[in-house]
Amino acid sequence: MSTEAPMGLSEYITHHLGNLTVQVGPGGFWTLQVDTLAVSLIFAVIISLWLWSFARRASSGVPSRGQAFVELVVEFVDGQVKDVFHGDSRLLGPLALTVFLWVLFMNLMDVLPIDAIPRALSLFGVEHFRAVPTAEITTTFAMSLTIFVLTIFYSFRAKGFGGYMKEVFTEPFGPWLAPLNLLMNLIEMVSKPVSLAMRLFGNMYAGELVFMLLAGMIGAGSAVLFGLGVVGYLAWGIFELLIILIQAFIFMVLSVVYIAMAQQHH
Amino acid sequence: METLQQLIGNIQAFTAIGAGLMVGLGALGACIGMGVMGSKFLEAAGRQPELMPVLQSRMFLLVGLIDASFLISLAIGLFFAFSNPLLQAVRTAAGG
Repeated sequence: MSTEAPMGLSEYITHHLGNLTVQVGPGGFWTLQVDTLAVSLIFAVIISLWLWSFARRASSGVPSRGQAFVELVVEFVDGQVKDVFHGDSRLLGPLALTVFLWVLFMNLMDVLPIDAIPRALSLFGVEHFRAVPTAEITTTFAMSLTIFVLTIFYSFRAKGFGGYMKEVFTEPFGPWLAPLNLLMNLIEMVSKPVSLAMRLFGNMYAGELVFMLLAGMIGAGSAVLFGLGVVGYLAWGIFELLIILIQAFIFMVLSVVYIAMAQQHH
Repeated sequence: METLQQLIGNIQAFTAIGAGLMVGLGALGACIGMGVMGSKFLEAAGRQPELMPVLQSRMFLLVGLIDASFLISLAIGLFFAFSNPLLQAVRTAAGG
């Protein structure tokens, strides 16, 4: 790990938490996180091409192995969507599939050795690189805000402007407490995307940090710490695989649940 | 110089206590929640074994939900332990 430069654990971790950024305008807002954008876009393209190629070659006879796997994933997601949402799922089904696979693949970058990609890219002069896009609060909030916009869109579509406004102002306590109702509904509305984004971000960020700590232990130079670090890295890696799957699953299910809730009439 | 060191030491001490509390109490809550949910799941599965697949997927969903708040507090605790933004304020105030 930190073999050539005598770097402390703290510096090692701070170094790994730095983004590859490009300034495209004045102020902190216009700082592009190139690593996050690149990795997430690469995965978006890979997933699209993967599913598209199998959808094109799909046969109704004996499916190939790849086709069977894709069918397995699609049917799993479709079953989950049908469990919570009874209606026209022409948009929601593909949306759930996209969210699930995309989050899953981005999370899977977490199981790569923590130093592998930054070290490889440092040969080309890239100083900072964070490989896990979902360990980045910007990515998770971008996704959860998209879901948020969709829930509002679906609310308006299912209930109409008047119906939705009526629900917002009269829902929990009746028409006489309209300001309180509005406040409660606003809090509920805002808490959904925030919790959705924070949950995924917190899980992936914590996973990355623990990996960094263990990598620091491996590179600390003592044999005991090396052994402990390797065992810990292995154990946490296996646990992290479970977390990665569960978090991708939860992100998908909760997105579908929020959109389904927006369509329900009370 | 002496007071600056004391100040930094003070902040580090309080941060360490805070991070420890965050991680420890978070783990405590998550463990209790997970235990209650697991026992209920086993009870329900024992009573109605045919519901097991449905309950299992719901259980894993809840595992993630319970785990999430603990892991968020773990992440923020570790973040404060390793790159303390509060310490940065003292360093900039001291001009270094």
